Amino acid sequence: MLKLLSVLTFLTLTLPFLTHSFSPDHPTDRRILVLLDDLALKSSHSLFFKSLQSRGFELDFKLADDPKISLQRYGLYSYDALILFSPSVDRFGGSIDLAAILDFVDSGHDLIIAADTNASDLIRQIAVECGVDFDEDPAAMVIDHTSYAVSDTEGDHTVIASDDFIKSDVILGSKKIEAPVLFQGIGHTVNSENSLVLKVLSASPSAYSANPKSKLSNPPSLTGSAISLVSVVQARNNARVLISGSLSLFSDRFFRSKVQKAGSPKKHEKSANEQFLTELSKWVFHERGHLKAVNVRHHKVGEADEPAIYRINDDLEYSVEIYEWHGKSWEPYVADDVQVQFYMMSPYVLKTLSTDQKGSYFTAFKVPDVYGVFQFKVEYQRLGYTSLSLSKQIPVRPFRHNEYERFIPAAYPYYGAAFSMMAGFFVFTVVHLYSK
Amino acid sequence: MVGKPEPVNGTATAKTGPSPSPATSMSGLKPDLLNNLSFKTLKLKTKQQELLIRVSILCLVYILAFITRLFSVLRYESMIHEFDPYFNYRTTLYLTEKGFYDFWNWFDSESWYPLGRIIGGTLYPGLMVTAALIYWTLRFLSFAVHIREVCVLTAPFFASNTTLVAYFFGKEIWDTGAGLVAAALIAICPGYISRSVAGSYDNEGVAIFALLLTFYLFVKAVNTGSLAWALASAFGYFYMVSAWGGYVFIINLIPLYVLVLLITGRYSMRLYIAYNCTYIIGMLLAMQIRFVGFQHVQSGEHMAAMGVFFLMQVFYFLDWVRHLLSDTKMFQAFLRITVTCAVGVGAVALGVGTASGYISPWTGRFYSLLDPTYAKDHIPIIASVSEHQPTAWSSFMFDFHILLFLFPAGLYFCFKRLSDATIFIVMYGLTSMYFAGVMVRLILVATPAVCLISAIAVSATIKNLTQLVRAKNKVSQTGSTKGGSSTKGSSKGSVDQSQPFQRNGATVLLFGAFYLLSKYATHCTWVTSEAYSSPSIVLAARGAHGNRVIFDDYREAYFWLRQNTPPDAKVMSWWDYGYQITAMGNRTVIVDNNTWNNTHIATVGRAMSSYEDEAYEIMRSLDVDYVLVVFGGVTGYSSDDINKFLWMVRIGGGVFPVIKEPDYLVNGEYRVDKGAAPKMLNCLMYKLSYYRFGELTTEYGKPPGYDRARGVEIGNKDIKLEHLEEAFTTSNWIVRIYKVKPPNNRW
Repeated sequence: MLKLLSVLTFLTLTLPFLTHSFSPDHPTDRRILVLLDDLALKSSHSLFFKSLQSRGFELDFKLADDPKISLQRYGLYSYDALILFSPSVDRFGGSIDLAAILDFVDSGHDLIIAADTNASDLIRQIAVECGVDFDEDPAAMVIDHTSYAVSDTEGDHTVIASDDFIKSDVILGSKKIEAPVLFQGIGHTVNSENSLVLKVLSASPSAYSANPKSKLSNPPSLTGSAISLVSVVQARNNARVLISGSLSLFSDRFFRSKVQKAGSPKKHEKSANEQFLTELSKWVFHERGHLKAVNVRHHKVGEADEPAIYRINDDLEYSVEIYEWHGKSWEPYVADDVQVQFYMMSPYVLKTLSTDQKGSYFTAFKVPDVYGVFQFKVEYQRLGYTSLSLSKQIPVRPFRHNEYERFIPAAYPYYGAAFSMMAGFFVFTVVHLYSK
Repeated sequence: MVGKPEPVNGTATAKTGPSPSPATSMSGLKPDLLNNLSFKTLKLKTKQQELLIRVSILCLVYILAFITRLFSVLRYESMIHEFDPYFNYRTTLYLTEKGFYDFWNWFDSESWYPLGRIIGGTLYPGLMVTAALIYWTLRFLSFAVHIREVCVLTAPFFASNTTLVAYFFGKEIWDTGAGLVAAALIAICPGYISRSVAGSYDNEGVAIFALLLTFYLFVKAVNTGSLAWALASAFGYFYMVSAWGGYVFIINLIPLYVLVLLITGRYSMRLYIAYNCTYIIGMLLAMQIRFVGFQHVQSGEHMAAMGVFFLMQVFYFLDWVRHLLSDTKMFQAFLRITVTCAVGVGAVALGVGTASGYISPWTGRFYSLLDPTYAKDHIPIIASVSEHQPTAWSSFMFDFHILLFLFPAGLYFCFKRLSDATIFIVMYGLTSMYFAGVMVRLILVATPAVCLISAIAVSATIKNLTQLVRAKNKVSQTGSTKGGSSTKGSSKGSVDQSQPFQRNGATVLLFGAFYLLSKYATHCTWVTSEAYSSPSIVLAARGAHGNRVIFDDYREAYFWLRQNTPPDAKVMSWWDYGYQITAMGNRTVIVDNNTWNNTHIATVGRAMSSYEDEAYEIMRSLDVDYVLVVFGGVTGYSSDDINKFLWMVRIGGGVFPVIKEPDYLVNGEYRVDKGAAPKMLNCLMYKLSYYRFGELTTEYGKPPGYDRARGVEIGNKDIKLEHLEEAFTTSNWIVRIYKVKPPNNRW
């Protein structure tokens, strides 16, 4: 009995921790599956993994061709995020394949892909599905003869020192990245049809993508700042994907190395790789830039309850609370550009919401003189933040038959005419009938 | 067959009245006073007899009219038919559940998404209120009926009542015999049955009753000059206005009739009282219907009535002046001035009213009645409805049968005995016949007139014939005495002595009439059972072994929608199915059969006729979740969306010129096989209809993808859908439902 009780208490105490994983209330990922080409990567990239583990992530290292790996168990995902450090894998072991990974992303989970030269078709396909096209030449690398990283040996300028970051504090953190980032690997372009993919780290205008070992016979297909080195995708369901053309970007060697950009006199003690990737991984794993809107309320002025239907020309109040996830807790989100639309095929009312700086946004307006099925719409899309798209349907009805004014002052002449006519008719009838 | 004996009996009994009278007057050649006395004492009995027979015939006709309309319930089940009745049923349900005021103010957010529809202000509430009253009465009497049964049986019940009105109307115009025949004819006339079988819960079901009642009461008012009848007629008109938009026919026919009476010099005080009272009170009452509102004083269609109203006053005034003025010359001059002034003032008022927009111009529907080609050129949405097409000859034959030949005969009799009442029925018959020729559905309006006029023909003919037969009898028995009472027979009798075969001829003709009338009864019963009792929502076909195959796909699909989609899902379909989806599927629709917003319908038409990605944009902008198409390629059901598709293109193209009809045609030919236009083969409607159809073998010996409705092998068998996915297809593929996918997650 006592034993059972203790087991129960143990369970009830630990259950919240066991299930303490990715959820709308706790958007930060917890359990991450890392698929490696080679277990040696675990040590050669240990700094990156350690920074993740120190932030509380549980990493599960597996070989990419391990036949036992699977993302799902009994229809539930066992992981919240996936890191693919296996650029050369042709097929994954277990039940993981292209469709499984895309389903994983489409069900709201995050993904980090590190490709490299000789990236396999499988990795390329995953990238293509996310809107990123790697250079088709498998041996191609990004080469830059002006902004390469100065090293002791005159190399082939494939180690690039890039500092062309995306300008977003949300994605890269508020602390400015001083040093350049070292990159060695394959370049990619982002598909112009895809509006969701962002270039986080771009190559300089002098870069091009080619095989460094062979002679350049044809003009390279990818050149200049069209080449992206690191890109991110925020899917419509707010799943985040990081795509890098370089696996060594994450390596301890690059993390620790000193860096001097060619042509720049400044010598940095340490490359920015660590800062760049730490901040970027915070963003990818939803430690930053994740918004939620709760308590969407609307009601007539002077009332507290939400009506099922509004009448035209009603005065109403609309409020919503928006919070941002800060890794541990939800903090009020402060902005002055949140707008609400009262929308039926086109916005009839568009108002900027006022805020009390504590996460609550509110406004009041008059329902337009048009009946129909309206929606309260908040479409809030800002760079780096998860997109907020709230819509709440509400019908607006015209006046009831007894809601019009009973007597209109302007119509008094008509009332007078009608009643005098009736009286006159009555008198006339009496006179006509009884006059003789 | 069952129905036949009645009219013959009816006419025969009508004869019993005059026929004994010669015998009585014969028996005693006494002074007039005595004669009259004995006449009365003897007649009492026959009169009672006659009354008994008349009442029992009417009862039988009443029951017959009801039961002949129950074929649909026997063949299928007690269900609501077609399209509009589903809306009427839904609103009636709402009325009985929520009460009258909620019904009156109902804003329906489930149709015409996102515009919504003010139901209370855009319908004729007469039908719903009638059904609800019947329902409440039955409930009050402790009959636990379901509102659906009441709705199903409303139309037959009112058809029965119409036979009574037809009897009284016939009696008013001609005599009781004609009334009985009219009642019997209208009870089973297919033109009327087509709109009043059990389950056809539509406005016309009660409106024809109201129409005939108004006309009857008005004619009665004209005949008697009684304020009470005119008032009753106004209330009949009010009921008609509350029930059906066809009231415009009344408000134009009655003034026209009055005008004709004025022109033919039949102006009388009776007419003045009847028209003025009916018009003023009827107009005030009609204004209480929200949908009609101020149209009686503001719309072009109603101006004729008002003009005639003022003309009546001018006539009355002139009459009075003539009474005062003895000098004819002075009166003539006065008349000329007054008439010129009155017409001038009227014309100026009409012109100013129209120019200032106070008087609205005629609506498209009204124009298309006067000019049958108007709708085809200008308003495709009216022209697209099959019941708005000009009538084919065959459907006249189908709906009227022998009445078509009896109608001119009846007109002849009416002209022979011209009175205010017969002028009315002649005008009603002629105008409604014209309208019946313009639009198929208006055969319904012509039916009562045709029945009444034919009844006059039948009744008068048979009366004459039987009189001939009987008179001959008398002649052979008692010599050549012409009974003073047989006024009608005497006119015929003037030639009777010269025709030896007259009696035989009359007998043969009687049998001929009997034969024709029995044929009519047979035809009516057959038409009712075979053609007009199909609910159209459940389809029936004959199987290979002669067995009956039922396709219940519509209800299957609507039930699926109700059970498997979120309650706020929006369904896009062509407007024909809107009422059914809201009533049976309980889901929001974009457009429905109340075609009040042409742009919205055109948007749907455009989506259906665009490529899938363009259509996807339109569907996203309308928040569409599901798309429903009707497809008959598997079953050979020909009124499916592919066959309606050109109308979608036309209606869509009427508002959005990017849709062009020639893009869907090849050399002016509409086809779906390999030779079809490329845009046709890739538009949304084609894709949704024929998705995965290429894999299906529909008929033995034909290639897969053989469309049985059009008899061709389809041209695009490899259809890929990008933004939609198949959600449900009914067992016979008649209804196919697709889900609109959300935008791609990663793109």
